[in-house]
Amino acid sequence: MTISSLIDTPSELTDSTSSKSAIVLMTRVRLARNLAGFSFPGWAKAAQREEILGICRAAVTATPQLKRCFNVTIGELTELEKQILVERHLISRELSGAKAGAAVVISKDQAFSVMMNEEDHLRIQVLRAGFQLKKAWNAIDDFDSAIEGSLDFAFSPTLGYLTACPTNLGTGMRASAMMHLPALMISNQMEKVVRAVNQLGMVVRGLFGEGSDASGSIFQISNQTTLGESEDEIIKRLSSVLQSIVEHEMNARAKLLEADAGKLLDKVGRAYGILQNSHLLSSNEAMNLLSLIRLGIDLGVFPDGNRSVIDRLFIEAQPGHLQHARKGQFEPSQRDVLRAERLRSEFANFARPDFNLTPNGKN
Amino acid sequence: MANPLKCDLCSKPATVHLTQIVNNKVHKVDLCESCAQAKGVTDPSGFSLADLLLKASLNPEETAGGMRCENCGFTQNDFKKHGRFGCPLCYEAFRSIVEPMLESMHNGTAHTGKVPHRALERKSLYDRLTKLELDLNEAIKSERYEDAARARDEISQVKQAFNAKIPD
Repeated sequence: MTISSLIDTPSELTDSTSSKSAIVLMTRVRLARNLAGFSFPGWAKAAQREEILGICRAAVTATPQLKRCFNVTIGELTELEKQILVERHLISRELSGAKAGAAVVISKDQAFSVMMNEEDHLRIQVLRAGFQLKKAWNAIDDFDSAIEGSLDFAFSPTLGYLTACPTNLGTGMRASAMMHLPALMISNQMEKVVRAVNQLGMVVRGLFGEGSDASGSIFQISNQTTLGESEDEIIKRLSSVLQSIVEHEMNARAKLLEADAGKLLDKVGRAYGILQNSHLLSSNEAMNLLSLIRLGIDLGVFPDGNRSVIDRLFIEAQPGHLQHARKGQFEPSQRDVLRAERLRSEFANFARPDFNLTPNGKN
Repeated sequence: MANPLKCDLCSKPATVHLTQIVNNKVHKVDLCESCAQAKGVTDPSGFSLADLLLKASLNPEETAGGMRCENCGFTQNDFKKHGRFGCPLCYEAFRSIVEPMLESMHNGTAHTGKVPHRALERKSLYDRLTKLELDLNEAIKSERYEDAARARDEISQVKQAFNAKIPD
């Protein structure tokens, strides 16, 4: 498989269309695993990194989940290809900058991806569209148990799975949800939410993880601690936090409509106009406009089936994807022109807004 | 600084203080800026080394108590620098610094989640096998043939269990 075919293949993230993903775009679970008897990737010598990679790759590609897969070392990828994989949440920025002896294996539907010799020997990720933490956990649990048949994981009865960084000890599990929270942003409640979520032992980050901003009103919420609770307990706790954020967002939407529906619909309508007609769009502006269209879909201004178009554009409006679509022949200064061009053509055929619907939100 | 140090070479006020340890002996040099430059001490790469030596010598307790993982050679200073460990066995070697850290970092200090049963079982069988093979060799060497026979029987039993657990 090549990067192009990966982008063109329908994926879990970009092509699932259901109203269940209205506020929670996707859920992810990742597990950190290491082989006993080897140094962690950051400390291992080059030859040992290769040895680790060989062992892990053999075990991972022998699983049915990854029978048909995209399987490359980081060295084989161009800068652009790495950026595309980062934008699709399939590899981390850390892996894209890794030295020799690092690799990634990605399933055809991009639901599974396994990074090798990133911070840990193995970083397994399962991605599911919508609010499906439990399903994602079950899928990754099965996968992990399967590769355990041939891999000796570094494990301590008291500390659990041993990881390069002590913050991942224990379960080695990070479960997260990507949430679209425009009404909480518009009504300036995000700060309050972030503080409350932190107090519950969960972390809030922007779309692209640590240090990224909240463009498009998209946030990632994940568990902070990995030791002292079982995977099920962590998932349950995170789920209830997510559920209450969903409720807050729904309430915020209802309040905005109640206070001044015209003001909210004006934002949606203007976003539509700009996306159809603009000639210069920065990444940040594009994300925020798309976010408003997505809110419009949730409110019934646009048909439900268009949500997946927006979710795909959230990704395809990123610089790497734009450059790929243009086959590499453009300069960074042209990026905003290209982005506007791309979105204009998408929105030329997009459903017209219907503001006559009684926008009660879709409960 | 009531009593400013003077340059060892020209007795102007010293602003560069170099400490080097050569053959376990501490050498201190105080220099003024111009002498330091003339001697090449302010060369960035050379200077950072000096700085490092200085810090190490100023804090003898830390170097003495500096732990090290015998398995992979990772040191306490490496951990301070990277915030990550060198290998799984580091958690044993640095147990005394890990334990207090975990309390503030996590929701508990003991793992209660998933356990890789198959991997652990395989490891314990493997360890048992290794030990039995050693026993067998010992017994043969010292001509304790009854012990050797017993070890051999046990080895075949363990191997059977091993193969039953792991079909490949």
